[in-house]
Amino acid sequence: MASRSGFFSVVAKELKRVFTDRRMVLTVVLLPGILIFVMYSIMGEALGRLYQVDEDYRAQAYAVNLPASFEALSEPAGLAFSEAGAGEVAGIKADIAEGSSDLLVVFPADFEASISAALSGSPGGPGGPGSPGGTIPDVQVFFNAGNIESYAAFEITAALLDAYKNAALPLFSVNAADEEFNLAAGSDNPATMYLSSVLPMLILLLLFSGGMGIATESIAGEKERGTIATLLVTPLKRWELAFGKIVSISVVALASGTSSFLGIMLSLPKLLTTEMMGVSGEGLSFGYGFGEYALLFVVIVATVLLFVGVISIVSAFAKTVKEASTLTMPLMILVIFVSLSGLIFPGGQSDWWVYLIPAYNSTQCLNGIFSFNIESWQVLITVCVNVLATGLCVFFLTRMFNNERIMFAR
Amino acid sequence: MSEPRKALIRAQGLSKTFKLGAKQQRIERTRERVRVAVDDLSFEAYAGEIYGLLGPNGAGKTTTLRLLATLIRPDAGDALLAGKSVVQEPEAVRATIGFLTSELKLEDFFTPNYLFDFFSTLQGVDPSVAAARKDVLFKRFGINEFAEVKVGELSTGMKQKTSLVIAVVHDPDIIIFDEPTNGLDVITAKVVTDYLQELRGAGKTIILSTHIFSLVEKLCDRVGIIIDGRMVADGRLDGVCAGSSLEDRFFELYVQESGEVA
Ligand SMILES: Nc1ncnc2c1ncn2[C@@H]1O[C@H](COP(=O)(O)OP(=O)(O)OP(=O)(O)O)[C@@H](O)[C@H]1O
Ligand SMILES: [Mg+2]
Repeated sequence: MASRSGFFSVVAKELKRVFTDRRMVLTVVLLPGILIFVMYSIMGEALGRLYQVDEDYRAQAYAVNLPASFEALSEPAGLAFSEAGAGEVAGIKADIAEGSSDLLVVFPADFEASISAALSGSPGGPGGPGSPGGTIPDVQVFFNAGNIESYAAFEITAALLDAYKNAALPLFSVNAADEEFNLAAGSDNPATMYLSSVLPMLILLLLFSGGMGIATESIAGEKERGTIATLLVTPLKRWELAFGKIVSISVVALASGTSSFLGIMLSLPKLLTTEMMGVSGEGLSFGYGFGEYALLFVVIVATVLLFVGVISIVSAFAKTVKEASTLTMPLMILVIFVSLSGLIFPGGQSDWWVYLIPAYNSTQCLNGIFSFNIESWQVLITVCVNVLATGLCVFFLTRMFNNERIMFAR
Repeated sequence: MSEPRKALIRAQGLSKTFKLGAKQQRIERTRERVRVAVDDLSFEAYAGEIYGLLGPNGAGKTTTLRLLATLIRPDAGDALLAGKSVVQEPEAVRATIGFLTSELKLEDFFTPNYLFDFFSTLQGVDPSVAAARKDVLFKRFGINEFAEVKVGELSTGMKQKTSLVIAVVHDPDIIIFDEPTNGLDVITAKVVTDYLQELRGAGKTIILSTHIFSLVEKLCDRVGIIIDGRMVADGRLDGVCAGSSLEDRFFELYVQESGEVA
């Protein structure tokens, strides 16, 4: 009788409807990404001007064991170092972290002597007095990437050290120790700060609005046009229709979300300005690996399914696409509030019950992932809760498809 | 009758009332809260016959057919289609019927070709059987040259033919057809009525609704006259007419039921 392929037929039909329609592909998939890219790039230009370091600014820079030859290099570059003793290091680092000082460079004692000893080609090689155990002398540069002036001073110093290194042969290293040199408090890092607070909000909103456009069209639209009734007189199981709709709409919402996400990521360098991003290599970069992206994907898929499930139910109540859009507005506002909560509450909250709250758990997870502050059990609970909630949505949507008063309301 | 007859449709005391919303009350200028659309309707339709439900506007014809097609559930009573109850086994019923009414639309975006395959799959038709059937039906209704044209771009007649073909992708034993010739020109209407006769010849059970006397006289073996949701006459066409014309007989019944013809 009814074939088990009903579900797949519904999914295939829905996807064909969107992805073979040039207008749909443009408006649902391509346009969101392009719009965001353009918008953010323009915003980035404006912000970039805002974040320029004042030309007259003199950085508060300190150096321990400052070699005269390096001072001769740095002065023309506009960096005047104050000499500091080894005992002051901790205090200066604290100042940098809070923003009252900008930079601290710690050279090893006898830095110049060890370099020249090495240069003179003594058979001991780079095993002079400054480098016990035969290690290369290391120069440490402390800075605060959350502070524009500090980061600019860091960039200059890094470039100078580079030049110095080229002249002196690579006989020393910079920031080689396994230590945090960026003294910005974790979330102060402008890139991670932005990513962990604003991005989750944007992602949730984009996913929701993507799902909204397509779900209202696919469910309320089919009701309005009378095409769903044609499906309802076939032996197609109602749950196959409900599940098929939710899955296929989710795929489209994901495509739309991915496009938006790409738009964000591609325009981020412009938004945060190249310097702040630390594209030059030292200091900061996103540093997200496969693990973060995999978690991100899992959380996003679970979230989209839930969003689409809820919007589908609301759409099934509506008689027209217009009515469905109106009915989903309050939900949209709710999602805005929930995602805004990410700006107030830090991500990766440790109470397990937090992850039982749909939508809020997604914000928490996204925040946590972007700020490297996530536990796998948090993602696990979130995904389970959202998948369960989606299951409930399928159940209710099935009941609604079976309800003649809802499906054939006059 | 001595011939062995198989009642493929057996309606038993079907009743359906609708709650009227405030908006609908205003539109229809009525204070009543509920509308009795179908009232204790019983009849039978047989294999190899065309059964016609004849009645004026609002009599409950479409509602009756929607009940048979399991789009809506009866408040009371039941109907057995090929032995399956519309109340107990709606899914089994759906597999044995082809339902056609203006309420069921095809998605404008898709082509007849795609939709035929899609609905064949939903009906669980074997792909090779479906392909052969599509060949025959598309040729029969001249859909071939429009097979790849989106439904939204088809003419009304071609749309109707496509709907008809898609309603029978699974070669159902029972065909339920609401107002089969509504909105069609005489040529397309003839294609449709010819096909219904062909289906009867193939032993199918057909039930249609109409308010057109000539259509009943031309096509139907049996007729049920329904007025205000109630069956006022039911039987073989000649039996119901009892010597007079169908039209005269209808007005006679109508005056009996609801007083003067307004
Ligand atoms: N979903 C509904 N909600 C409320 N009232 C309804 C609904 N469907 C039908 N009705 C009412 O039930 C009655 C019977 O309607 P039905 O459509 O079955 O009549 P019909 O015989 O098909 O008429 P027509 O010849 O105009 O198509 C009408 O009064 C109609 O207004
Ligand atoms: Mg009708």
